[in-house]
Amino acid sequence: MPGPDKRCTEDEVVAELSSGMTIGIGGWGSRRKPMSLIRAILRSDLNDLTIVSYGGPDVGLLCRSGKVRKVISGFVSLDSIPLEPHYQAARQNGTIQAAEWDEGMLLLGLQAAAWRVPFLPTRAGLGSDVMKNMADLRTVTSPYATVLPGQNDGGEFEELLAVPALELDAALVHQNAADVSGNSVWLGEDPFMDDLFVRAAQRSYVSTERILPTTELAGLGDIAHLKISRMDVTGVIEAPHGAHFTECLPDYSRDEAFQKRYAATAKSDEAWDEFRAEFLDIDEAGYQAKVKELQV
Amino acid sequence: MSDVSTPTPSSTAVTRADICAVAIAEAFRGDGERLCNPIGNLPLIGGRLAAATFEPHLALTDGFYTLMDPQSPDEVPPIALPEAERVAQRTVAHWNPYREMFGLLWQGKRHVMMGATQIDQYGNQNIAAIGDWTQPRRQLLGFRGAPGNTINHTTSYWVPNHSPRVFVPAVDVVCGIGYDRAHALGPVASRFHEVRRVVSNLAVFDFEALDAEGVPTMRLRSLHPGVTLEEVLEATGCDVVIPDDLGESRGPTEQELAQINRLDPRSLRLNEVPEP
Repeated sequence: MPGPDKRCTEDEVVAELSSGMTIGIGGWGSRRKPMSLIRAILRSDLNDLTIVSYGGPDVGLLCRSGKVRKVISGFVSLDSIPLEPHYQAARQNGTIQAAEWDEGMLLLGLQAAAWRVPFLPTRAGLGSDVMKNMADLRTVTSPYATVLPGQNDGGEFEELLAVPALELDAALVHQNAADVSGNSVWLGEDPFMDDLFVRAAQRSYVSTERILPTTELAGLGDIAHLKISRMDVTGVIEAPHGAHFTECLPDYSRDEAFQKRYAATAKSDEAWDEFRAEFLDIDEAGYQAKVKELQV
Repeated sequence: MSDVSTPTPSSTAVTRADICAVAIAEAFRGDGERLCNPIGNLPLIGGRLAAATFEPHLALTDGFYTLMDPQSPDEVPPIALPEAERVAQRTVAHWNPYREMFGLLWQGKRHVMMGATQIDQYGNQNIAAIGDWTQPRRQLLGFRGAPGNTINHTTSYWVPNHSPRVFVPAVDVVCGIGYDRAHALGPVASRFHEVRRVVSNLAVFDFEALDAEGVPTMRLRSLHPGVTLEEVLEATGCDVVIPDDLGESRGPTEQELAQINRLDPRSLRLNEVPEP
């Protein structure tokens, strides 16, 4: 039987969030970010958020808009522009707290939360300043002895980094297609960690390029692309072009000209204020109309 | 062929960037069947050069989500292709989204060549931030995959702008871990750690020397043709061991030069390493 109809708007999602929450954002860098949901958060009075992300302009916009207490990330980058200028400024000005993990650690933290275990062990991070700077990270001693080849000494109980579960209050991801109850399809070549984000969260919201009947989902790619189940989804938002200006392949590539314009807003408060007034202090329909004008 | 040769008369057709490409390719010599994962234009040219010549079984990334197995040397794709061309010219052999890349690198069959904003005598690398990490003077890339890479598999570094600001006595933030950090972790935890080479626009370094405590430390392996030892020492802010039999980085063979030109048809390498 079909699942419940979970269609809602960006603003309805934001109304279900509250200040101080830990929010995970899917995608990777400046790729398939749920930007229409980010823009809705920018219009809201939410603040004091902890953001978990393979960060791109989602993190930069939230930092510049004073929404963020802490960012937990594997990196924050615009891809074609290696350094996210607003995140960079927030770090240099000390206006946010940061936990900068090894990229792979973030995957393990999300997986741990999705599997409801308190941590997952890894070698990644040992010996590096990730351990020194993120002082809340702990190690765990293996209960099983590691015996090196050719040694008969009974082995050693290895110490590994215990990546803590990244338990999320909410997750926001963008998918190429979904049905009304949240079964979702990613297209392109990488699912990123979106399926882990939605499993790691108490409440998960999928924005999507198009809402389709369930019967049409499997035909969009092979079944491996049906990566998110409705059981892990709280709300579905139809948001055509919703990932703009990040890429959402194969529907559209990154709007590099717009991204450059965004990056340039880090140069001065005036540049930011102008950008905000023109593109962010308006609703999503207004934003999309503006963007369309630019592309003519 | 060794990567170090006695000085030979230089050909006008060979640039410093070509020398760097060959030195980078040499870093992957002997890797056999594992993922050659250079990051940046010259590392990509060098890595693909190795695959197109003396190390044919290397696996290559398309830069994104697949590993490709070109079926002949001339099918190893050039770097920096427009997107449609990049996709058209890759022979996809394996799906490799990011989570799979983590799986692959945690298993260890990978040799990455990363950049380094700072590097020290033990091969500790910084790409995260300049100054105190807590509130850095300059925020850079963050740690990215450097901690996990260095403790799980072979790593080399590429430095296009050799200077005392890059080769430093101690890096501000340890992202990729060097031999002193690996040594402190002990032989079990560090058993997959290897920093093999540092290739710069001036010279090639390895870690085939030991310090007083027996920890591998940076050694000058060869000077690029036209570069003096004094020039390198002046540009190097960390301790480096100078061997008695210091040689010169070798130039490309005719076949290699043809491949370098094919792999980098727009000569992007000259933007990274201009002629001195």
